[in-house]
This record gives sequence, structure tokens and C-alpha cells, in this order.
Amino acid sequence: MRERRPATLDDLDRQLLWALQDDLPLCERPFAVLATGLGVSEEEVLQRLRRYLAEGIVTRFGPFFQVERMGGAFCLAAMAVPEERFDEVTVAVGAFPQVAHNYRREHALNMWFVLAATRPEGIVETARAIENAVSLPVWLFPKEREYFVRLRLRP
Amino acid sequence: MNGEAPFVPDERDRALMLATQEGLPLAVRPYHALAERLGWAPEEVFARLARLHAVGVIRRIAAAPNHYALGYVANGMSVWDVDDERVDELGQWLAAQGEVSHCYRRPRALPLWRYNLFAMFHARERAEVERAVAVAAVRLAACFPGAVRAHEVLFSSRILKKTGVRLDF
Repeated sequence: MRERRPATLDDLDRQLLWALQDDLPLCERPFAVLATGLGVSEEEVLQRLRRYLAEGIVTRFGPFFQVERMGGAFCLAAMAVPEERFDEVTVAVGAFPQVAHNYRREHALNMWFVLAATRPEGIVETARAIENAVSLPVWLFPKEREYFVRLRLRP
Repeated sequence: MNGEAPFVPDERDRALMLATQEGLPLAVRPYHALAERLGWAPEEVFARLARLHAVGVIRRIAAAPNHYALGYVANGMSVWDVDDERVDELGQWLAAQGEVSHCYRRPRALPLWRYNLFAMFHARERAEVERAVAVAAVRLAACFPGAVRAHEVLFSSRILKKTGVRLDF
């Protein structure tokens, strides 16, 4: 899924996709604020955003939750999945709502996913539940320290 | 993790967050649409979102772009086996590199996994990521002699899931 080729984007798409990665104003008509900044209509902004979501250019538009601030946790996890079981394990891991994203990577540890839980115990509980579901060990790599960066992708 | 006490969302905060986790309504008045969905007054939606934002439970309300669609087809997780005494210095240095989106110190899992510093590199081509990591490795070796014992880059070859955080209240 989703190994998609780069989308064909025009100049407005590029500007809009850049702007949409910033915090949306908390006001009555926030898309009108964006539209004014870009010199287009509010309807144009909404139509394009709907298209980005439909085409998978944007995977989600909404609040980004910081579960750690509400007492929960994030944790990077990895598994070494035998090639012949890869698709089956992908489906099983994907079924857990605590798995926020999952990537295949080229390494002996070939499946890397991020767990998010609103309670700290949720991380280990979910990891154990995944181990039980697929009969493979899950390695947890909790962050010990975060070095601050913020990337925005210039389309 | 910071030392601040966690903000515990109450039942209505939770309802509000659950109502937005699939995404904000794409309407001219998205917060009003949300209020309508919940059967609340719009003022309450604004007030609660503002508070959740102010305390940091909501980081931002924004688009999660698909890296691939925007042309960032090369996504390399660089991992470094760094002297534990100096890992924070090196982590701060790596985080400041332009191509790096996230940089974390994490525990090793010996003997399987020797690396304790992780930095994600994004670029439009794999060769670009390889070049950026090679440049970083050379500079790190020059600035912090002997601190890096080994490094490698794990490229992502498939997105298997990318729904973002789902709240398991």
C-alpha cells in the first residue's frame, strides 16, 4: 500500500501543502484565513484539501495529539519478521489501534513501528499482546531523550 | 520526557479528542461542524481546544503529509553507536542538521542492537540521504574524535500503516 509515486503538484498545491503543515487558526473560518494568505478562495482551499485526502497526498488533517502530555507514552518498536510471514504479520500488527505507523526497513529488524498509548503501561501491554498474536519478539526502543528539531516538507 | 505534571483530560475533553482523531470536519466552519456533531455549543469546542492546545496535549491542528507523495521518497533512519558519555552532545549536533526530522537517544538492545542514537533523514533520493549521513559521519568524527563507534542507515522500503495516533482511552 501507499508506496506511491510523487504526486503531480502545481504551484498553489505546493504553497497550500506547505501552509497546511502549520497550525490551523482556532477561529470561526480558519480556511478563509489560509485562503486570504494565498490569495485564493476559501472553497478552493477546502476542495484541494479534500482532494489531497482522497488521493493520499495528506493522510490526515486534524489535531496532533501529544499522548505524553496526558500521561501516556510513545515508543518505537521493532521486530525481525521472517520474509514468508511478512504480510500476515503486517496485518496483525496493523490491527492494533496503538500502532500509529509502521514501516518496513531493510535490516534484520525489518519492521519498525511506533506505539502510542494514553497510559504508560499501554506500551508494554500492547507489545506483549503483539508478541502473543504473532509469536515473535517485539523489541522496544523507548526514547530516553529527544533532541529538538522540526521538519516541514517543502513540496 | 519533561518534568511537568501530565494534563489529565476530563470526559468532555476525551469526547472532543475522539471526535477529531479521524480528522477535523472539512467545512467552512470546521469547529462549528464539530460542535454540531457533538451536540455542544461552539464556544465549548473553542474553549476546550484552546486549552488542550495551550497545555500541549494538542501539538497543532495540521496536515500529516505523505512523504512519498511530496517527493520525499527516501526516508533513512540513521543509527549511531555513540559513547554514552557524549551521546547528548552528538544528539544535539545531529538534530541541527537540515535533513533531520527527529533525533532521539534510545537504549541499546545488546547483542542484537548496538545503537543508542537515532536520527531520521528525509530527502528526495536515497543517494541524497546517503550523502547527508556520510557528511554527518565525517563531521562527527572530526568534531568528536572517537565518540562514534559505528553507524548505519535503515531505509524504509514500504509504509505499512500510517494512521497517526489513535487514543486508547
